[in-house]
Formats: sequence, C-alpha cells, structure tokens
Amino acid sequence: MTQVSLEALAAAVPDGAMLALPPDNSLPSVALAKALVRRGARGLRLLGVPVSGFATDLLIGAGCVAEVQTSAVSLGEAGFAPRFSAAVKAGTITLRDATCPAIHTMLQAAEKGVPFMPLRGVIGSDILAHRPDWRVVQNPLSDRPDPILVLPALHPDVAAIHAVMADSEGNVWVGRRRECATLAHASRKLLVTVERVVPGNFLEDERLAPGAISATYVEAFAVAERGAHPVALLDEYGFDAGYVAAYARAARTEEGFRAWADEHVFGHAARVAAE
Amino acid sequence: MSAVVQPEERLAAVLARLILDPSAPPVRHIAVGAASPIPAAACWLVSKLGHPVRLSLLHKRSGNPFTEGSRELFDLTGQGRIDLFFLGGGQIDGQANINLIGTGEWPGQGVRFPGSFGSAFMYFMTPRTILFREEHSPRVLVPRVDHVSAPGVSPPEVFRRGTAQALVTGRCVFRFDPGRARFTLESTHPGESLDSIRAETGFDFDAPVEVPTTPDPTPEELSLLRGPVCDEMLETYPEFCSRVWARAAAA
Repeated sequence: MTQVSLEALAAAVPDGAMLALPPDNSLPSVALAKALVRRGARGLRLLGVPVSGFATDLLIGAGCVAEVQTSAVSLGEAGFAPRFSAAVKAGTITLRDATCPAIHTMLQAAEKGVPFMPLRGVIGSDILAHRPDWRVVQNPLSDRPDPILVLPALHPDVAAIHAVMADSEGNVWVGRRRECATLAHASRKLLVTVERVVPGNFLEDERLAPGAISATYVEAFAVAERGAHPVALLDEYGFDAGYVAAYARAARTEEGFRAWADEHVFGHAARVAAE
Repeated sequence: MSAVVQPEERLAAVLARLILDPSAPPVRHIAVGAASPIPAAACWLVSKLGHPVRLSLLHKRSGNPFTEGSRELFDLTGQGRIDLFFLGGGQIDGQANINLIGTGEWPGQGVRFPGSFGSAFMYFMTPRTILFREEHSPRVLVPRVDHVSAPGVSPPEVFRRGTAQALVTGRCVFRFDPGRARFTLESTHPGESLDSIRAETGFDFDAPVEVPTTPDPTPEELSLLRGPVCDEMLETYPEFCSRVWARAAAA
C-alpha cells in the first residue's frame, strides 16, 4: 500500500489485464480510466461489477479494450453507451454477457477461495447458452430433480476503485459500498484513487472501520481529487448529468469521441480537473 | 391542479392497483431501479394511500437502503425478502420472455440493448414481477424475442418463486397466465381498442368480449401523486418530476 502518482497507478495496470471496475453508482475511478487512456493501455479485459458505465465506454472508445464481461453497459439517463454500442456492432471487442448476481457470486467464490459457487435462477436464459464456463448441475444435497447453476470463481488481475479517503496506514474508506470490499478480496491487486489522505488509522475508529478496506488488500493508491467525476461520490458530490450528456452526444461518432478525449483526457480541461 | 390526467399518472395508478391486487401474493417490500420513475411513483402511491410497504430505491444517493452494496439486493431476493420487482425489455414476447440483450445475431448485431442486468435472477426469485414498458409497438411486443435474457416460464423441476403478474404498456394492461404461458388483455387506456391493440402487438393474446377502459386515477390518487409522491421522488428522479409535475429539486 504505497502512495504513488496517478500516472504510476496507471502504469501498474499491464496491457491485457482483466481489470474490474464498479459501475456509475459505486465508486468507479474515472481518473484512473483517463490515465489509462493517456498511457495508451491496450488489450484490457474489463469486468463490470456487476454492470458498466462511463469509464468503460471511455476505455472502449480509446481503443484500450479487447473484451468486456458485464451485465449491462449504460450511461444512465444519457442513454446507451455509444462507443460500446459501436464496438459491439463492429466486432472490435469480445462481449461476454452475464447477469448481476452471477458476477457478485463469482467474486464471492474467489473471496472465499472455493472453486465455484451456486446461484438460483438463470436456467433458460440465453446468457447461459453463451457461457461454456457456467454449468448446470443437479443439487447434490437434494433427492428430487433440482438443477442449479454453478459459477466459477473469478479472480480479476486488477480492481480499480475511487474511494473517499486513505489514512496514514494505507487503509481506504468506501462507506456503505461494501461490494468494493468483495472486489478487493477477490482481485489479485487493488488500485485506488482517493479524494484525500487523512492522518490516523480507520481501523481504530469503530465508526469508520466498517466502511474501510484494510491496507492488506491495497496494492497502491494515488490522490485524484474529484476522481469519480462525472459520477457521483457518496455524499461528497453528485452526478454531473450535463457532462455525461455532452459526452454521449460527442461520442456518437469516432471523430466526436476523439475531439472529446483530446479536450477532456489529454487537454486543458483534463489538466484542470486533475489539479 | 389540472384536471387533465397525464399518461404517467394513469400508468402509476394502474401499477398501484396491480400492486394491491388481493389475488396476488402480498407485498411487504418492493425494490425499484434507477430507470423506473413510473413504477417508483406507483409504489409511493401505495405507501401514501396508507398501506404498509417498504420501498427500496436501488439508486437513492442519500440514505441508500443497502449497506452491503449492490449485491445486497440479490441476496435479499434470494432470501425471499423482496416481494415484487419491475422488469422491462427491449423486446417482450407472448410467453413473457424478456430480451435486454439485443436484436439480430448474438450479442446484438442488429440493435444492442444495454444488457440483462439482474433480470435472469430477479424474474425467478421474486414472487411476482410486473412487466412495464411504455412503448407498445410491434418492434417491442414481438412473437418471439431474438434472445432470452430471462424466460417467462420454466419447467417444473426448475426452482422458481414467481413470474409475470401483468404487462403494463402505454396502451393497455395485459394479465399473464403462467399455466398457459399466455397474456389476456385486461383493459385498454383511453383512445385504444381491441383492434388498435391487436394492430400494435406482435404476439397473439386472449381478450374478453367487452374490453374495459383503464380507469382514471381517483381525485385522491391524483392529489397524492402530485403532492407527497412527487416530494419523495424529487431526489432520485429529478428529470421525471420536472417533466411531469413541473417541480424542480431544491439546489
């Protein structure tokens, strides 16, 4: 759990890595996604936990992504994710459809160190027909016919989140977004951007400890103020609907996306946002 | 207050009546997603009419009901603690299969929809689901969905707590009979008829000899929707409250 620069954090995500990202209501690090675009990351295999949003569309548009495993990709009220839709149509990314609780369950299996975990439902869905890694078995504890889905443990290479704060010990605080803790437990390394670093130790504070992810799991963190923007961050700041709507309009075309990225990822607006 | 009933208000009142249907399993706890302002309005209406119901808005920013993150919804549902959920679909067919994947070759080479979200689990594990889609056209209500995100019915050996109770659209209300895997037209909204519904529906369905018109919300329901229901919805659904009720959230 070392504090590094944002660009060093992006350098810690190797090309080709399976990179797990939370969706737009659960602490995605948009700052790290932008830094990955700047570093020219390639071949990333993104995992939506359990769905995908703004950061995923941005990484796809910039050509950083080979594969997406997710339960949905959406920009919320701004509608369909334009670069994702274009990439699916062009066949430039491999898409592995899932359903939300299946992704949580695969991560929970990894968290527990077991090879698989069962989940109800899903049988009869075409999602299952396109997932050779998912199996339906007879419930071994039942005497009656009871088919049930078993899902393999999923260990992302890297998970990236934007937490509110880190402390002097490198613990990070995510409040009630506890699925980020499961993600941390299941992933080989967790990279975190934070709004700020505060003195002390969250684990010694009874009220902060339940919302903390222990430094045990944190590979490295970097300060990135407003690092979730345009996504909301708990009670710190709200969703910037105007920014996302402007992105959605611009990113309808490849050229529009490039111009948007030049300004907001590489250009002046990006530098101001990062400062 | 305008006497003119807006379509969104009628739909909210229709959904509220379905929620309170005494012939369906009881509702103590409903979860509602971010993209569902009309179902949310219906749930708040049920609550403001004085019925004890717990309503969990998945995307509520302040005071979000879940302290274990988004997976808690699915764990709660697995435990049997969510009684009703709303689902939609880019396509819905006459057997109540829903498609949130897309059209054309897998995984949506025609039109790609956002994806299945939790539907492939929620549809099985919730005692009842109300299907809701405002657009009622042959491209949405199809004979057979191109891809099944979640099936309307399952073989008897597959564990399943429930399925669709009804399908509510901008034109009508259909009831679903899981035994026959078939919809029956229950009522048409003002301006629609059996013929207009047949023309706009890609799947076959049953209909009574006389099809009733969907009733308007009562004056009490309208005043609740425009007052206390809107108050509750402002934070989570600001655009909807502004569009339907011309109410802006406090800055």
